[in-house]
Amino acid sequence: MGSTTIPAGTKWWNGGKSPFNVSYGKVMMWYFLMSDAFTFGAFLISYGTIRFSVNNWADPNHVFNSFPFAGHANLPLAFVSLMTFILIFSSVTMVLAVHEGHHMNKKGVEKYMIMTIIGGAAFLGCQAWEWTHLLTGEHVAMLGDGTLSVLPTTVKMNPWGADLSHTEMMAALQKTSHEQLVAIASTLHHGAEAAGHHTASTLTNQQLIEQISASGLHATHTGPIAFGGYFFGITGFHGFHVFSGVIINIVMYLKTKLGHFEQRGHYEMIEKAGLYWHFVDLVWVFVFLCFYLV
Amino acid sequence: MGVCIPLLLSGLIKIQKLKFKKFKFKNIMSAQHFDNPEITFQPDHSGGTGKIWKIFWVLSILTIVELALGYFLYLQTGKISNAVGLSTKIAIALLTLAKAYYIVSVFMHLGDEIRNFIMTIIVPLVLFVWFIIAFLADGNSWKNLRNTNAGSTPNKIEQVQKAGEATHH
Repeated sequence: MGSTTIPAGTKWWNGGKSPFNVSYGKVMMWYFLMSDAFTFGAFLISYGTIRFSVNNWADPNHVFNSFPFAGHANLPLAFVSLMTFILIFSSVTMVLAVHEGHHMNKKGVEKYMIMTIIGGAAFLGCQAWEWTHLLTGEHVAMLGDGTLSVLPTTVKMNPWGADLSHTEMMAALQKTSHEQLVAIASTLHHGAEAAGHHTASTLTNQQLIEQISASGLHATHTGPIAFGGYFFGITGFHGFHVFSGVIINIVMYLKTKLGHFEQRGHYEMIEKAGLYWHFVDLVWVFVFLCFYLV
Repeated sequence: MGVCIPLLLSGLIKIQKLKFKKFKFKNIMSAQHFDNPEITFQPDHSGGTGKIWKIFWVLSILTIVELALGYFLYLQTGKISNAVGLSTKIAIALLTLAKAYYIVSVFMHLGDEIRNFIMTIIVPLVLFVWFIIAFLADGNSWKNLRNTNAGSTPNKIEQVQKAGEATHH
């Protein structure tokens, strides 16, 4: 840390020295990150435009309310907070690695790079769980033809529209096919799905409708299809940055271990990898804001 | 010949001096050293890790405040006016900008660079001010057109909003 002490009145633009006082590689990393910021910015602003243009966008507190091994407990914001703290902490270990590099402490750089890599891998694991949970989720929503269906959240399907009123739901149940009624009834018996499915398939439509309406099931309209595309597109693009950041960090760890930077006399490559890694954290701060918080 | 010998000697002395210099560097400097013509003034990295941990706590606390406001929005859904909801969301966005400032300034060390360089990064980002305002306004305009049948039946706007509020629990 600490800033550069530069004599007052230094003539930066008189030639003979770089007016930026930064190495070429670092300048170019900054300009790459700036262009990447515009790419992410354009994605997020496009998402905002579409979200502002429709009446019933998905409520993040309903979509992202699960936590691994917590069953069907309603825990909005909990899992994504964990992901956020993992990424902030891996950012701290990265900047500590850069700090150790400034002091030519090879062992310190190795230690903090390992911690940063673990943090990145943990974040990717969380994201994999979250995606799987959404893509295999079971939510009862009313399709355009007025029938109910069990839907996951994908780039083509968004079951997170406005809630159906009781009247709307009863009318939709009357139109719904036997197979779909069995599927809906099966979602009511979590934990014993195979057995639930078996008993449900032997019931008549009327029995199934009674069972479903008595269960207090919350069914919804389908929401704007764009939701899944934006969510998986932007978190996927960010996740790909995390993935490539982890690969870069592994390469930097190996080069540190092999003593390449010690021979070179400086750990500037760790600083450049660090810039990329902090940028990944920076983008997540905005993804967290746009998809989960508001 | 007579000139050559002193030249050779002075050359040898120079080499000796250089070797001596390098030796001194290795002994005195435990910090890294750049042989880079682009860097006129070496950054001073003698500080400790105190500032890093301070910023870690600042980022954590800002995140916790954001989450508290997020839970406030969730628990008060339907109970607060649009103005309160919108102001809360703007407050969360401002906290996010504060987090971004700390990450870029301290973790990415942009705050330690010289002003010339900082400006080449920050000034282009001003484009986002127009970008965000123009495109969100555009989206909002689309919603109004959707709800008013492209402006041909302006009275419908109230009906659609009421229907939206009724279905939104």
